[in-house]
Amino acid sequence: MSKGVLVDLTKCIGCGSCYVACKLYNENKWSDKAPVNGKAAKLADENWTVVKEYNISRDNCNALRFVKKQCFHCEHPSCASACFTSALRKTEEGVIVYRSNLCVGCRYCMVACPFEIPKFEWGKAFPVVTKCMMCYFRVINNEKPSCVSVCPTQVMQYGDRDELLVEAKLRIDSNSAYIKHIYGENEAGGTNWLYLSDVPFAQLGFKTDISDKPAAAYTSRYMSLTPILGAAWGLVLTGIYFINKYRKKNAAEKQMKANDSEGGNNA
Amino acid sequence: MLNDISKQKWSFTITPVRLILIAISLAGFALIAYRLITGLGIVTNMNDEWPWGFWIAFDVMCGVALAGGGYATAFLIYVLRIDCLKPVARGAMLTSLIGYLLVAVGLLLDVGQWFNFWRPFVSWGHSSVLFEVFLCITAYTVVQILEFGEIFTERVGKKYHNFFKKIMPALIIIGIMIPTMHQASLGALYLMMDGKLYPLWWSPIIFLFFLMSSFFVGPAMVVVESSLASKAFGHKIETGVLKKLVRIGGWVMLAYLVIKVCDLIARGKIGYLTDGNIESYLFIAEIVIGIIIPLIICFSRLANNRAWLAVFGVLTNLGLIFNRLNVVVTGMARNAGSLYLPAISEVIISLSLVAIGALVYLFVCENFPVLGKETHKYAN
Ligand code: SF4
Ligand code: SF4
Repeated sequence: MSKGVLVDLTKCIGCGSCYVACKLYNENKWSDKAPVNGKAAKLADENWTVVKEYNISRDNCNALRFVKKQCFHCEHPSCASACFTSALRKTEEGVIVYRSNLCVGCRYCMVACPFEIPKFEWGKAFPVVTKCMMCYFRVINNEKPSCVSVCPTQVMQYGDRDELLVEAKLRIDSNSAYIKHIYGENEAGGTNWLYLSDVPFAQLGFKTDISDKPAAAYTSRYMSLTPILGAAWGLVLTGIYFINKYRKKNAAEKQMKANDSEGGNNA
Repeated sequence: MLNDISKQKWSFTITPVRLILIAISLAGFALIAYRLITGLGIVTNMNDEWPWGFWIAFDVMCGVALAGGGYATAFLIYVLRIDCLKPVARGAMLTSLIGYLLVAVGLLLDVGQWFNFWRPFVSWGHSSVLFEVFLCITAYTVVQILEFGEIFTERVGKKYHNFFKKIMPALIIIGIMIPTMHQASLGALYLMMDGKLYPLWWSPIIFLFFLMSSFFVGPAMVVVESSLASKAFGHKIETGVLKKLVRIGGWVMLAYLVIKVCDLIARGKIGYLTDGNIESYLFIAEIVIGIIIPLIICFSRLANNRAWLAVFGVLTNLGLIFNRLNVVVTGMARNAGSLYLPAISEVIISLSLVAIGALVYLFVCENFPVLGKETHKYAN
């Protein structure tokens, strides 16, 4: 059963409690390069979650919206299926965890993630990848992730993904202010973090062209076919190799015999 | 032949070109040390928007593809038994071996936890295409080192020569099978980038394009190499042989072009060609320079002329480099939302790897029977 979080952006006041809780729980430093709030808020190696501010115009007046960003914890995570050492892995709880001791630092996960979530410690001599792990050790102890537990306005609701989806549908059906879309329901094959908003998602920096087909589907088909095709190709090669070898040999022998008999005639 | 080679003294002639190569290598070593101490952020222009940059594009993607000459010629000579191509065998396979060793070095420099490189052997990420690429490239490098053992033991450790003679046929077959797989898989790495890689380059059959281009760049590489080698060592391969090789590459190239166009039409993306944006120009340039002009040379009477064959080789190689850079860099730019240009130090390190490769090649050719000899004698 996948655990998830339903984020209702209409309730966020941008107070920043969540990223403070995240920094404290995960012992991440504060950095001046990448702000955790404001318009320039940016996920980075030390920032596993940020709250980004958006100025939007709505019904002819300006309004502010705040978007909490972190890993979406995909149902079919591209990052984990890209990782060639299983440093990134999906747990039973649907949390995508990362073990730095296994990581080679190839960054294929970063290239593969459709939401560009994993970040890298560019400034270190032996850098590793970083990303939100949904406070995995809290989750397995039946506690909410840190950010969820501190939010003063209950923007986030933690629970089973299926139940959250039901709740989300209820909310958008009962209130016309919501955009009729649950971001994360189908994106990239579905994510465990789900978003509701009263402003079109595209205006809030969400990628709206993400395919519903998880990218991992392409590679899993490819990976299941290659060993078979590879082995078949090996057999074909061996076959042609020997056929041609004997053809050659026979041709050479015939040539020799022909030469012999010619020689005999001449004698 | 065997005897005079083993009596000959070890030699390495110093020429101006070689001095330049040595200088570039030394500059590279200094920068490599700097990179190992400080990490990737200072030495390269890579960042969170550009997790993969010039090193992956050039050292790895181009390196492996250009080294494809080894498996392509091995296939033509030892499996299809196109005997007249034999004179190019050893040279092509040596370039390939050096190429793969350099790719390995390039990869180690690019990854963050290089001392962890062995992890995938014990912690399998078997859903990852990269896992397959990693296993295949490692295995193939080992196979190539063993293949080189046949040449090496003509001079050093001669008592093992018979052993290498015996295992040669098996090595040759494995040494064709494995690269076929990982050449395709390098392209399959980008299957995941649906929606990230620009649609002109992304395709559900991108692995086929990578495989085919790595095959037809083989002949091109051999042509370039043999014109360089004929200058350096006075070892000339007949124009007729080269032409035949180029023609074989040409047919694969033609098929590549046709499939590429059909794929664009089938996916409904052919219209992107006329968008007039930077991607469309680069894509068209890539196809014209790397495919169409070489095809014209290949199937016209120009193919009888040595100089034009060299042009074919150079253009095809450039086209391939262009293609890999487009996939890894240009094609990802729109999605990344920022521009990436490699840092000078990134480029110098890559060039130094090429320089080191060239020096090793020259050394081996001077001291081992690579070019003088017809073929891997015992693979037959
Ligand atoms: S959002 Fe990206 S990093 Fe997070 S689980 Fe999905 S693919 Fe992995
Ligand atoms: S950088 Fe680490 S976590 Fe990411 S794919 Fe490579 S080995 Fe896996």
